[in-house]
Amino acid sequence: MTGHAILQMGLYLAVLLLLAKPLGWYMARVYEGKPCGLGWAVGWLERLIYRLCGIDPTEEMAWTTYAKTMLVLNLLGFGAVYALLRLQHLLPLNPEHLAAAAPDLAMNTAASFATNTNWQNYGGETTLSYLTQMLGLAVQNFLSAATGMAVLVALIRGFVRHSAQTIGNFWYDLTRSTLYILLPLSVVGALLLVSQGVVQTLRPYERATLVQPTKDASGKTVNEQTIALGPAASQVIIKQLGTNGGGFFNANSAHPLENPTPLTGFLELVAILLIAVALCYTFGEMVGDTRQGWAVLAAMLVIFVPLLLLGYAAEQAGNPLLSTLGVDQSAGSQQPGGNMEGKEVRFGIGQSAIWAAATTAASNGSVNSMHDSYTPMGGLVPMWLMQLSEVVFGGVGSGLYGMLVFAIIAVFVAGLMVGRTPEYLGKKIEAFEMKMAALVILIPPLLVLVGAALAVATPWGKAGVSNPGPHGLSEILYAFSSAGNNNGSAFAGLTGNTPFYNVALALAMLAARYWVAIPTLAIAGSLARKKATPTSAGTLPTHTPLFVLLLVGVVILVGALTFVPALALGPIVEQLMMAGG
Amino acid sequence: MLRQVKQALLLFTAMSILTGVVYPLAITGIAQVVFPRQANGSLIYRNGQPVGSELIGQGFTDPKYFWCRPSATSPVAYNAAASGGSNLGPTNPELLKAVWGRIAALRAADPTNESPIPVDLVTSSGSGLDPHISPAAAEFQVARVAGARGLDVETVRQAVARHTASRTLGLLGEPRVNVVELNLDLDDLQR
Repeated sequence: MTGHAILQMGLYLAVLLLLAKPLGWYMARVYEGKPCGLGWAVGWLERLIYRLCGIDPTEEMAWTTYAKTMLVLNLLGFGAVYALLRLQHLLPLNPEHLAAAAPDLAMNTAASFATNTNWQNYGGETTLSYLTQMLGLAVQNFLSAATGMAVLVALIRGFVRHSAQTIGNFWYDLTRSTLYILLPLSVVGALLLVSQGVVQTLRPYERATLVQPTKDASGKTVNEQTIALGPAASQVIIKQLGTNGGGFFNANSAHPLENPTPLTGFLELVAILLIAVALCYTFGEMVGDTRQGWAVLAAMLVIFVPLLLLGYAAEQAGNPLLSTLGVDQSAGSQQPGGNMEGKEVRFGIGQSAIWAAATTAASNGSVNSMHDSYTPMGGLVPMWLMQLSEVVFGGVGSGLYGMLVFAIIAVFVAGLMVGRTPEYLGKKIEAFEMKMAALVILIPPLLVLVGAALAVATPWGKAGVSNPGPHGLSEILYAFSSAGNNNGSAFAGLTGNTPFYNVALALAMLAARYWVAIPTLAIAGSLARKKATPTSAGTLPTHTPLFVLLLVGVVILVGALTFVPALALGPIVEQLMMAGG
Repeated sequence: MLRQVKQALLLFTAMSILTGVVYPLAITGIAQVVFPRQANGSLIYRNGQPVGSELIGQGFTDPKYFWCRPSATSPVAYNAAASGGSNLGPTNPELLKAVWGRIAALRAADPTNESPIPVDLVTSSGSGLDPHISPAAAEFQVARVAGARGLDVETVRQAVARHTASRTLGLLGEPRVNVVELNLDLDDLQR
């Protein structure tokens, strides 16, 4: 362990916690429709959009209507990305004359971006025109994030309201998430990124004359370097803020033109967790007891910090097989040391390990280093963080609504222990809520394990594997953990751009997103209809350290019981093999 | 429901124009005016021609140049039109074979150098385009470059120091040497 890495972690968490309250408070004002300070800048635009679209923002929706409108809007996003990918060769802003994407790849990418997953079977600079990036992917980066935030706000209203038939207006929540939160943060962030060297241009790729001519794989002399460019900064910032994660370039945030300096690395890291962390405060503020929000955030941190440290320690320890070749992997003031395969010198082990933990704790999925080349334990950390159902921070909105469902399970478990009807935030938790909650926590693991089993059992699944032995199983397990929890990162050696993986992973992403969001809205609708139950001496307080531990226990137990057998056959066997030489 | 489908279509269109056209074009416009060099790839020019980007490495193999890190891009190393890493797992025999080959190449180019090899010099980067090496990896190559160029070692060390960046704010990231800029500087010295 180096002091710098630990200090970077400390600074990172400190910045996030400092921003949680002001941003969380601001977002609560946005969703409650109170003056929030940006009305002068975007209020007119908001009203104009409602008028043009024939939307009455005060019209209330039942949960079923809320769910239907959410699905229709997401379906349109899916269709738009699919159409752009299929037709990009005929459309403008395609200076490199890239061809149309194949139907299965287009379908996978459309599903991926509609569901806030951003799994990358496409290759960025080799597959997507500037128009597809801007009008397809970037738009979905905004709208899929805003969808997650809207569903969360609807669930919170379910707790806040009583004897009510409705949970808000989806159009209003979506529009305000975009205009008041995502867009202003993106404008500021994008310009900061450009100032550091993230590209933002519509010019074609640049051709530079190499300082020293070189030879390609076939022995032909190469004199030129083609440097891929594009409108990257505007898309990179929202892919982080919205926990989307899909790369503008193939190498994602490891690419120097997406993430050129340690400072951009830090800014992007903050952007990855910023909104997810602050929404915990928003939740507390909206339910009228900020301690509830801090308690949920504390539970997330209790799971996150040890895993972050474990992943970092494993990577900094390096690869013992390389030491036997006489390679110096020690960390010092002159070199990062550690397991540097697939990592960038400017980030070293510290920022790479923080990123790997943050991007998989959040359902972001962008990478600044290649997880496939991580040590077995270093790779287990991001994989397991995804398998915990993406509720440790998780996607913007979706992570917290997932965590609140786990909180419902936790109060239910506590209620069983003492023989009382469980309550959460003044609402009785009854059979209907528990059925829906069971769906929410069981569907993602089901998708992960069944999907991975299917891939392992079929020649099409096994054909994609690039690394031999247990690491190959890890590649498959990682892919379905990622798709089945809407993360989007990969053990990228897996050849995913095949009909089998394009279709299987797309189905997993769609099911993971909507089969979780719809039961969550059903819970919201059911809770809103209930009367508020006054707290009594028998009510379990849900802002105490005891409850935080209970919540952590439930999350860990579900995640561990479900996945330890599979993990034992992948990373854990590989760790034993590596240690044994 | 029909009314909501119509609302969805209109709202989706409005949001697409706003976040997919107005927003990226506005950022592009501001970036091109305020940060034109950065926004267009931080290119380095010699005699009015671009010879690379300060943010993208190149596949140096000549002993008189500092070598970048190994690159896994294809069909040529440092292919900035198709970024990517090797994705080789830590126990993959292919990884060990590749590292072994890189060690052999470094030793062959500098037979008298017996110091241990810094790990970043024999492992490929995530992007395949890493413009940097660690100060240790630069020091490992100083004697070779000085010998091949007929410069004294201290002159080369000073050049390395000019292109070494320390941790941002003394804390973020890692110390690093920009290889393309360093090599161009050495060429300029001897022109």
